Amino acid sequence: MQPFLRHSAIAAPLIKDDINTDQIAPVLHSRGLKEDYKAMLFHRARKREDGSDNPDFVLNKPQFRAAGILVTGHNFGAGSSRESAVWSMIANDIRVVVAKSFADIYRENCLQNGLLPVTLGAQDAEGFIARVVVADGKAPFMVDLVAQRISGPGGSDIAFEIPAADRTRLLEGLDDIGLTLRHMDDIVAWEKRAKTRQPWLQTAADNRR
Amino acid sequence: MPRTLFDKIWDLHRVGQRSDGRDLIYIDRHVLHELHAHHAFAQLVRQQRAVHRPDLTFAVQDHTVATKPGRDDATNPSGTAFIQAMRDGCRKNGIRLFDIGDPEQGISHVVAPELGIVLPGATHAVPDSHASTVGGVGALAFGCGTSELAHILVTQVMALKRPKSMRVRLDGRLGAHVNAKDVALRIIAEIGVAGARGHAVEYAGAAACAMPIEQRMTLCNLNIEMGGRSGFVAPDDATFSWLAGRPYVPQGAQWDLALEHWRTLKTRDDATFDREVVLDCSTLEPQITWGTDPSQVVGISGRVPEPGAVEPGRRAAAESAFAYMDLAPGTPLAGLPVNRVFIGSCTNSRLPDLETAAAVVRGRRVAPGVVAMVVPGSSSVKREAEAAGLDRVFRDAGFFWGESGCSMCAGGNGDRGEPGERCVSTTNRNFENRQGPKVRTHLASPATAAATAIAGRITDVRQLLAGAA
Repeated sequence: MQPFLRHSAIAAPLIKDDINTDQIAPVLHSRGLKEDYKAMLFHRARKREDGSDNPDFVLNKPQFRAAGILVTGHNFGAGSSRESAVWSMIANDIRVVVAKSFADIYRENCLQNGLLPVTLGAQDAEGFIARVVVADGKAPFMVDLVAQRISGPGGSDIAFEIPAADRTRLLEGLDDIGLTLRHMDDIVAWEKRAKTRQPWLQTAADNRR
Repeated sequence: MPRTLFDKIWDLHRVGQRSDGRDLIYIDRHVLHELHAHHAFAQLVRQQRAVHRPDLTFAVQDHTVATKPGRDDATNPSGTAFIQAMRDGCRKNGIRLFDIGDPEQGISHVVAPELGIVLPGATHAVPDSHASTVGGVGALAFGCGTSELAHILVTQVMALKRPKSMRVRLDGRLGAHVNAKDVALRIIAEIGVAGARGHAVEYAGAAACAMPIEQRMTLCNLNIEMGGRSGFVAPDDATFSWLAGRPYVPQGAQWDLALEHWRTLKTRDDATFDREVVLDCSTLEPQITWGTDPSQVVGISGRVPEPGAVEPGRRAAAESAFAYMDLAPGTPLAGLPVNRVFIGSCTNSRLPDLETAAAVVRGRRVAPGVVAMVVPGSSSVKREAEAAGLDRVFRDAGFFWGESGCSMCAGGNGDRGEPGERCVSTTNRNFENRQGPKVRTHLASPATAAATAIAGRITDVRQLLAGAA
């Protein structure tokens, strides 16, 4: 995974609560194993019925076309566990989502892919949203994971909290499977114990065969 | 400290703590489906990593499979590559696959419990947000993404932060023709689509205990629609007799041993939860969604709310839902004409769901112009329903009777409505465009869906059966 240290980019406001993964990465009619994640992002909101761009959607506005930070409301990424809802962000060079809160599975998927989920408290969130709206894509914001700060036009730096372990994982771009594989001996030992303690769980056989 | 059922299962499955503070939780049963599997298999090949426990891993073709009789890999062309890639990966890795044509293929969340693959007190993971359906048999299940799926394949554990605990106590007794779907929709309406975020939820109380196992699965299935990390009902004698004799359930001395343990799977009376919610079920009427998220719910006798009656933070969402659903505030739900009715999905496609719907449909006809579909949750459910003659009841009434799969729940197999259609659906998400571009979905129980198909408009099943509709 690509390490995440800091990201300076245009911030786009998509200020709604409960944006779900069906909206972020809709299931499209024609699909295959090699999907176009770039085109998938918010596809239904981005496109009009005739296939042309919907000029009213924030990421289609000229000043937000190159946005690399998405700013949104509560419970971002609700619904389906599809990881394409994160991959499609990365494919569009959006490396940070600043939200009032995230849905659990979506946040986990962010951490797996080096997409930084920043949660701001109500007051900071409202203040930041106002600044993003006023900046209107004219100047970038900098999200610094090392310093845990957001800086940019319209005010002083905003500090944000993130669990230390999540921060380290993103900063170092750690391989999640690699981290767990260090505990493989523990896992095998647990299996051995479980075989005596709950033997019916260490086997899953069809009795008819 | 007195432990909850969640604590007991978690502690027993805790292998250790990772350097980043996450608990490594052993996954007893892992079930894949074709939309995620190929990514994970490809990742394993790239990283030259092996599947640690193929014997505890299963795979089911469900999201993209066609429902047309005589289907094969190519019937839904957009699913073909996914279906074949998972088949290939399962063969190479020695994973038991419930493939198209397998007599036990179906929706993973239906197949795993009905075969007894998932057991009380077991941990379970599926790369799907509705994983906790199997909480209905007292299993602790987690939905996950594709990267986590690969992680479980290689290590058989999930690296998790311990969720907070929540209990939803369902008091009272459900009235006639009111069931778990109505209860779940009402809870989501009360606490919102993020109300259980970060929590593992135990459903308890007299109404939960009185529910047959299949209804408990419906209840737990909808847990994610209020944002819950996992959801379950403590197993009891009803659970044990439901499981006894199923193909993957332990037998003989193993059964006795398991049963002894399963009887300890209870929250202690003096245990406390981070959050408690109580719902009195005795006055509950059938529920239905009016909007575009599963918390926008009213009773069947209710009306689309006035904006002023919606809490301020939810008003913008309500306004947007009025427009998408083409419903003016104050409109009664009952009586709205529909174009389509869908009965199926991991929420409501088990045999008792179909029996309930068939009891409403028997001797009646689907209203002219309404497209009505029944898609059984598994090939086993389909076979049992046919043995009981339910397929004839549905077909004679004018329903389509399909092969098993996720079908119109998310439309991943091509089953979807036409733009502008109003659809009553027994599924779990009424999101915009989910059942097809511009399709307007109302979530409801199988009984309400069946009554609506017959009347051609949203209908209170109790009135239909009383001859008043």
